[in-house]
Amino acid sequence: MFTIGAVPALAEGPQATPSIFAPASTPAHEIYGLSIFVLLITGSIFAVVAGLLTYVIIRFRARGPDAEHEPPQIYGSTQVELAWTVIPVLIVVVLFLTTARIIFAIQDAPEPKSALEVTVIGHQFWWEFRYPKLNIVTANELHIPASTRDAPQPAYLHLLSADVDHSFWVPQLAGKTDLIPNHPNDMWLDPRQPGLYLGQCAQFCGIEHAKMLIRVYVDTPQQFKAWVKNQQQIGVEDSAAAAGRQVFETQACVNCHTVVGTPAHGTFGPDLTHLMSRATIGAGAAANTPENLRAWIHDPGTFKPGALMPAMQLTDQQVDEILAYLSTLH
Amino acid sequence: MADQTLPIPGSLRATPSRGAALLEWLHGWVVTVDHKKLGILYVVYAIFFLLVAGAEALAMRIQLAVPHNHFLGPETYNEFFTMHGTTMVFLVGMPILFGFANYLVPLMVGARDMAFPRLNAFSFWLTAFGGLLLYFSFVGGFGLYGMGAAPDVSWWAYAPLTAKAFSPGHNTDYWALSLIVMGFGTLGAAINTLATAFSMRCRGMTLFRMPLFVWLMVVTSGLTLITITPLTAAQIMLTIDRYLGGHFFDTQAGGSATVWMHFFWIFGHPEVYVLILPAFGIASEVIPVFSRKAIFGYPVMVAASVGIAFVSVTVWAHHMFTIGMTSVSNSFFVLSTMMVGIPTGIKIFNWIATMWGGKIRFATPMLFATAFLFQFLIAGLTGIMLSVAPWDWQLHNSYFVIAHFHYTLTGSFVFCIFAAIYYWYPKATGRMLSERLGKWHFWLFLIGFHITFDTMHFVGILGMPRSIYTYEADRGWNTLNMIISAGGLVQGIAVLVFAWNLIHSYLHGKVAGNDPWDAWTLEWSTPSPPPVYNFAADPVVRSRRPLWDIKHPNDPDWKYEQ
Amino acid sequence: MSAIQNSIPIFADENWRLPSRGRVAMFSLIIGESAIFTIFVVAYIYYIGRSTSGPTPSILDIPIFNTICLLSSSLTIWLAEHAIERGRMRAFGAWWALTIVLGLVFLAGTAQEWARLITHEGLTIRTNLFGTTFYSLVGLHATHVVVGLVMLSLVLIFTLAGRIEQRHAERIQVLSLYWHFVDGVWVVVFTVVYIVGR
Repeated sequence: MFTIGAVPALAEGPQATPSIFAPASTPAHEIYGLSIFVLLITGSIFAVVAGLLTYVIIRFRARGPDAEHEPPQIYGSTQVELAWTVIPVLIVVVLFLTTARIIFAIQDAPEPKSALEVTVIGHQFWWEFRYPKLNIVTANELHIPASTRDAPQPAYLHLLSADVDHSFWVPQLAGKTDLIPNHPNDMWLDPRQPGLYLGQCAQFCGIEHAKMLIRVYVDTPQQFKAWVKNQQQIGVEDSAAAAGRQVFETQACVNCHTVVGTPAHGTFGPDLTHLMSRATIGAGAAANTPENLRAWIHDPGTFKPGALMPAMQLTDQQVDEILAYLSTLH
Repeated sequence: MADQTLPIPGSLRATPSRGAALLEWLHGWVVTVDHKKLGILYVVYAIFFLLVAGAEALAMRIQLAVPHNHFLGPETYNEFFTMHGTTMVFLVGMPILFGFANYLVPLMVGARDMAFPRLNAFSFWLTAFGGLLLYFSFVGGFGLYGMGAAPDVSWWAYAPLTAKAFSPGHNTDYWALSLIVMGFGTLGAAINTLATAFSMRCRGMTLFRMPLFVWLMVVTSGLTLITITPLTAAQIMLTIDRYLGGHFFDTQAGGSATVWMHFFWIFGHPEVYVLILPAFGIASEVIPVFSRKAIFGYPVMVAASVGIAFVSVTVWAHHMFTIGMTSVSNSFFVLSTMMVGIPTGIKIFNWIATMWGGKIRFATPMLFATAFLFQFLIAGLTGIMLSVAPWDWQLHNSYFVIAHFHYTLTGSFVFCIFAAIYYWYPKATGRMLSERLGKWHFWLFLIGFHITFDTMHFVGILGMPRSIYTYEADRGWNTLNMIISAGGLVQGIAVLVFAWNLIHSYLHGKVAGNDPWDAWTLEWSTPSPPPVYNFAADPVVRSRRPLWDIKHPNDPDWKYEQ
Repeated sequence: MSAIQNSIPIFADENWRLPSRGRVAMFSLIIGESAIFTIFVVAYIYYIGRSTSGPTPSILDIPIFNTICLLSSSLTIWLAEHAIERGRMRAFGAWWALTIVLGLVFLAGTAQEWARLITHEGLTIRTNLFGTTFYSLVGLHATHVVVGLVMLSLVLIFTLAGRIEQRHAERIQVLSLYWHFVDGVWVVVFTVVYIVGR
């Protein structure tokens, strides 16, 4: 599923290294094509000017006795100035027109009816994902179906913020777009190849900005259907974890977290209804294993000092019980 | 003898003790209004903070050399990267360029001092105090996380992260208040430079006979007037929000986070031109002298500089391509940004044309100036890449951007500053800097610079964002980060060599004489260092290169200049 | 140095005139201050109608009398400049003092207006976005009026002590430039706040 290494250009699938030169979705592809064109132009400019400069510093170096006399003094030349003004102007015109075309193509692409709508809400320091038409709320790990030429289904993301500025950046899928409070933004992705694509917050948002990671799971249609079905289910009561649920509901956890089907309706922190369906906790701060989860519940600062979830001063037994309860939230 | 051990107050034979002489000397520096002393104060102040900000950068690079490092915690790292940027721009860049302006502009226009010497001193001390206030933040408060209360909101301090709600400590306040104070100092220096250049030129020096360094300082000062002031205004608004309950950037009350961005970058973009234009001025003095030719296209160079200043105030939102502006707005800023590349490119061509057909001597100032040309070319080209908005949607806030602006700031601005110091140190101190140490400094710094900042472009392309205190180990960024950090260490060593050169040459350097480089502008007609009154008799000039006219009486410039 | 003087031909009929450094400096300061005011004006205009609650600009009364006073003070200060250029020091002192009085009346009027807004309309800088932008912009201008009045009063004290003479006319003109600037800014602020924004 993953390929290691930053292979540029033609890799279509997900990679461990989120290179902007490994596009896997139309916006990223368009940008990539444009960037190669720009590289060719700027590369040529570099070759010519650096070449000239190199020639000059070799050819016109002061040598031996000849260095005694001053060289002929040339004060300027209108023709030369005109020439090296006109050529850059032409280059700018070409570059600008090419760029403008791509701007409009990406930003103003009309949203097709088949698009999957996801609302992304940025928080310090995690991502909330809401699928309004599917009645799903999850966190940090975005599932979208792969979009094929015959059955296109791009994901249209509506970007909001609950606190400060953030930025949604998954390099292989699209350029980044900011999440700004009171200033909704939109972006779209249409990845072809299923797999896991990596990204992270790209606008400094506070102490743990570095650990606000994004995992985008591009699913095959069947995988996506199964995921949706699971997410839409309300948690089943598991008597083995009754003690933990009791602790969870009385220990202020419910002030911040939601578990659908229980009295827990808090929205300050991530929705935990299907916590066990996620591969990481703390927006990528640690893998979702029992040991890590225990350490996180005990004190989030173990992995993410500055995370807004406080250490709740729970006893070891309380932590174990909550862990047992959370482990049932598939 | 009796009268030497007991000096009688007021006696002609009184010999002050060494302590008293030292105090007298210090007192002279504190109360001075002489533009040369103030210029040196600015430069020394800036070099000190260059070392401090460099140390901050090295600490950051040690933290980032390996993933999940524990050298700096998140709060400390965030304070360091905020302070590194803020220090380099406001405590190094701005003071050093106004320091050079202070020292050189009166000499170059044939005046005895700046137009307003007391305002000059006041401006310096405002700047100095502001810097001390900024650094007091490290020790002045315990801070929320026990790391002191240094600013930790990044140097662009976006709202609403800076609101009381999200930054309850005093970190943001130190940032806003110290910069407001320094802003007034900068304003004073800019006003002084403009008044000096327009009102104090010696007889015969028309505006089009001023040295290009003076022209660039005029343009810079004019630009400063409308660049620093928006920042001051925005910071006043921020302080009103934080302390008087204002709502300028309160998104819950109708205020706007994007308004802060616009105001900040209306300052922030022209600010980088304020920094680079004096570097252009330095290059325009050094390159002709070491190529033994007049600058090619003087009037075009003036026009290009003015053009750059004007266009630079129209490009600011290229820092905001990702905030969701309309396609039309984005396209406008693409065009304006690309257009600023045209006069900039013209300048590069003119410098190359100056060297063409010359007899180039590669003394240390010219080594730095030549490297500047290569590096500024690359910086301009990566700037073009960033101006292509869709590509910027990928590159924005990545390490590619950091690489670009370090190419402009370190690779261009700092290299020109080094050239300027090697070039004018003999004038200011009467001693030559060691060429041998200078070459060590140059080559070490060049190699370290490229190891770090060339590599940085790639790690940005591979998706690494900026402002992060650590990164994931499985993203393929590890080796590149290690290389970047190693280059930082090399640059650090180079700067230590430079500092040693400055001190050692002051004590043991070769005596310079009036005109060690065989140059052509008025400052080289005075002794080194110049007497406090600069010129015994007011100079009279007839061309752009008065000393060339004296040295070549059969072939003076005024026969050929247009 | 003398080598320069002797080797370069001096053209005796060359008129070497440079602009006065005081004027250049004051123009530069005015440009910088204009930039600060522009930012506050832009913020004010952008935020018109965006307050989510609280009093709106309809509670403002147009300060006609205040404005007449302040703009007249530009006339009186011009008359003062006119007087000192011609060496008529008593007339200068009188017009200068009148300028200060007009400025003080303006400030008193502003204070009165703010007292009414705060106590009767409940509008403070923290009430809502309108309050923030209003008090910031008008207050920034008022601060500049205060600074101007301090400078003008200093000159008045020197005048009363007999220290100002005709040869100081140029410096007086430079200071008057600042005062004209402050009045010019009021024209903009008045238009934006009391006409466009209401």
